[in-house]
Amino acid sequence: MNRQKIHTDPIHYNQLTKQVSPPSKLGQGLLRSFWVGGVICVLGQVIADVGTGLLKMSTTDGYCLTAIVLVFLTAVLTGIGVFDKIGQYAGAGSFVPITGFANAMVSPAVEFRREGMVLGLGAKLFTIAGPVLVYGISASVLVGIIYAILYH
Amino acid sequence: MVWQSMWMYLKVFVVGGALCAIGELLCLLTKLTPARILVAYILTGVALSAFGLYGPLVDFAGAGATVPLTGFGHSLCQGVIHGVQERGWIGAFCGGLTATAGGIAAAIFFGTIVALVSKPRMKGR
Repeated sequence: MNRQKIHTDPIHYNQLTKQVSPPSKLGQGLLRSFWVGGVICVLGQVIADVGTGLLKMSTTDGYCLTAIVLVFLTAVLTGIGVFDKIGQYAGAGSFVPITGFANAMVSPAVEFRREGMVLGLGAKLFTIAGPVLVYGISASVLVGIIYAILYH
Repeated sequence: MVWQSMWMYLKVFVVGGALCAIGELLCLLTKLTPARILVAYILTGVALSAFGLYGPLVDFAGAGATVPLTGFGHSLCQGVIHGVQERGWIGAFCGGLTATAGGIAAAIFFGTIVALVSKPRMKGR
């Protein structure tokens, strides 16, 4: 490796990286996350339609079934190492849907299981899901209190 | 009937895909970590839902709006509001988790099972 050559001139360095990197990383990333995220949502809609149609659930229960089935599929795909590959390809397309929430729980739990059942698996399950729940639940309770004051 | 459901699935695909693409745009332009984007999404969902803006999107695009994490925030917020309407102020504390219990419990339960049965692997392999 010839380090000196790379560090010579920042403008030249930028030109070199532009030549080497793919034509439009932004466009490609957006397209990939769009179609994978869209397909995951369509799969979710199919599950909800099966729930409300065949299993005679209410609309709310249908979307609950969607969440449970997508979480289950993500957990299995994470366990066998396939979800990481989908994540590398699709970026936000895989982590913005509820599949990302599930993967964020399962992945560290698998990784840190060897550190023990309680402080390994049990605690690491919430490494990323923890903050999401903390701020989501806090914000919703705040909304509830304001709503109760205004309308009750 | 067939065209109607095809139209619905198209709306689900476009809205769900767009919400994900916005996340990718934030990821690429601002260098925010995925965890921060997830927190931002759930807070956005709670806020939009509190002002009554997210409900119409769910009516329009179904799972395209409920499956992304903003939909999770929407469920929390609507659960809290219904809780307050039915049970008074205590609903502010009970309603949100009641509405989202399915997804959270499933993630904990299946996560634990999978972590127990699968071998730990190195990340990025």
